[in-house]
Amino acid sequence: MRVLVIEDDQETASFLKRALKEAGHVAEYAGDGQAGLDLAKANAYDVLIVDRMLPKCDGLTVIQSLRKDDIKTPALILSALGEVDDRVKGLRAGGDDYLTKPYAFSELLARIEALARRPSPEEGSTRFIVGDLVLDRLSHKVTRGGEAIMLQPREFRLLEYLMKHAGQVVTRTMLLENVWDYHFDPQTNVIDVHISRLRSKIDKNFGIPLLHTVRGAGYTIRDSAH
Amino acid sequence: MTALTKLFRTTTFRLSLTYLALFSAAAILVIFYIYWNTTVLLSQQLNQTIDAELTGLAEQYKAGGLDQLVRTVAARSQTPGSSLYLVADKDGNSLAGNLTAVSPDLWNSLGPVEFAYRRPAPGGTERRLAFANVFRLPAGHRLIVGRDIEDRRDFARTIRRAMFWSLALLALVGLGGGFWVSRRLLARIDAVSDATRTIMAGDLTGRLPVSGSGDELDRLSESLNLMLARIEQLMAGLREVSDNIAHDLKTPLNRLRNRVEEALREPPSQPAYREALERTIEEADGLIKTFNALLSIARVEAGAAGENREQLDVSELVRDVADLYEPVAEERGIDLKSDVAPPLFIRADRQLLGQAIANLIDNAIKYGAADAARDNGAKPEVEVTVRDRNGTAEIIVTDRGPGVPEAERERVLNRFVRLEASRSEPGSGLGLSLVAAVARLHGGSLKLEDHAPGLRVVLALPIGDETHVNGTVAAVSPEQRSDTPDGVLRAHR
Repeated sequence: MRVLVIEDDQETASFLKRALKEAGHVAEYAGDGQAGLDLAKANAYDVLIVDRMLPKCDGLTVIQSLRKDDIKTPALILSALGEVDDRVKGLRAGGDDYLTKPYAFSELLARIEALARRPSPEEGSTRFIVGDLVLDRLSHKVTRGGEAIMLQPREFRLLEYLMKHAGQVVTRTMLLENVWDYHFDPQTNVIDVHISRLRSKIDKNFGIPLLHTVRGAGYTIRDSAH
Repeated sequence: MTALTKLFRTTTFRLSLTYLALFSAAAILVIFYIYWNTTVLLSQQLNQTIDAELTGLAEQYKAGGLDQLVRTVAARSQTPGSSLYLVADKDGNSLAGNLTAVSPDLWNSLGPVEFAYRRPAPGGTERRLAFANVFRLPAGHRLIVGRDIEDRRDFARTIRRAMFWSLALLALVGLGGGFWVSRRLLARIDAVSDATRTIMAGDLTGRLPVSGSGDELDRLSESLNLMLARIEQLMAGLREVSDNIAHDLKTPLNRLRNRVEEALREPPSQPAYREALERTIEEADGLIKTFNALLSIARVEAGAAGENREQLDVSELVRDVADLYEPVAEERGIDLKSDVAPPLFIRADRQLLGQAIANLIDNAIKYGAADAARDNGAKPEVEVTVRDRNGTAEIIVTDRGPGVPEAERERVLNRFVRLEASRSEPGSGLGLSLVAAVARLHGGSLKLEDHAPGLRVVLALPIGDETHVNGTVAAVSPEQRSDTPDGVLRAHR
């Protein structure tokens, strides 16, 4: 995956470059808004990481002008401003996701991987399939190995989100934001308990576990047989 | 600017001058009016008196001729008073009367005339003013009947003098009064200015002087003093918060530093380093959480957050958040029940209100913990209720934990305040502060009550007029209704 990091802090930028390289991605870097805008226009990237406050041309303006030129590269906004109102502004400017500093790199990585995800052939389909687990988005039915699994509406949406990002790491915050639409810290490990409930329904009585915990990052659903 | 020019420039002094001019004009007018009226009245009286005498004397003349006139005049001249008489022949020789030495001018004139005459006075004669009517009798005789009007002139002079002195006095008192009032006012304003400067210099305990007269300046000072008291209180709060921040952020920072130092002191070992680093990250994450919570509270309290308010169904939001926490509660052996009213729309920021409700439920689950409930013999349960109480949406969260002593209920709403009993649970002591701030931002209130046993927290939010939208029932599908665990759905009117 080819990533453009637009960030004025040298140290943060080089940290991101190294960490992204370790994660198997190629990262390029621009030190100010104008340079970032030029690079983003000239090359095809899979995802942009844009700092909100940048010299010459601020992050939101960069994204706005890209969108005006019909460049739809997914963009993650990094900002020290973490309030919901700021988030809304960022998304309105054309950003696809918003992450508040300071952040865990695992969170950033999970988010850009989710953003850059190329539409799988299944994307448009009404069924998500991981191993022998099948989720039907239309009939709201879930089966594993042909056996029907009863899920609560919220559990269904949780599984749907995980399966949509099958093979990728999904963080707790991402789940809270996308499944519950809450952008605040729920204090307790509420997500973990929801996941363990879901796990007991989809994995407990079946041989191979599909829902995995990624230590220090979040969860992922994948067919480990592959 | 000298003290005097400063004084002249005061509004009070200028007002005094204006009033002085106005009063002087009024005084002149009044005095002149009195003077003029009096003069007219006196002249009329004089003319009438003279006319009456003339009529009387004319009758005497008709009845007894010149002789009788002379006798009558002679007799009347004897009576003391200011009447003047003279009967003379055509050569000017006096036949009778008390008027002597008449000038030829008077002699030759006819009708009413004003003239000066001399009359005997102690040590010679004096010159006085008179008014008379000159009559010509047949055969060249003259009859002059008049009155001394020197007194009238005195009266006019007195009036004029009175006018002058009263104006002078008025000016003196007016100017003096203006000076005095302005000086007094200026002194008070200066005192207020001085007090303000001391306060600006940093002494927030300073207050503006209040004279105790209850006048407008006092009222202004009192209002400003109230404002200063509020500012002082806010500053004290701020100081307390920064002290708290210093303590609650420095302590974990110190812990973090200690841990890293300790790891460095130990002999190099991969697993030990790894563990130290992992714990460092954990500690840093905790710090970030605290920091974020503090910033959120600060923004909500400053009214800078919550721009994204919308009409939302508080019942649905509460049900939703309760649903988020339900598995956690179950895991801890707590029965989380919700008794949620039919759709109740209020204008609120979904994220902020959501977080407030989450904090309340989280607290109830943490501190109304199962053990605590069993200790006081109650069934461990947390109940969340939403109800419409006289136009106020009330979100009530109750638990069966140890509760909060009455004396502490105000205090626990402050930042970083944690009760001893709760120290064992993780937490920053910021949860309720945020709920209180969110309540204030939405024009509502937060109250802690006794649930005997346990704690009952009431978050009350005003329902705006626009919120009683017709057909709100339709906004919720039957399916959503059936989700409600133990949901008691009352019939909507």
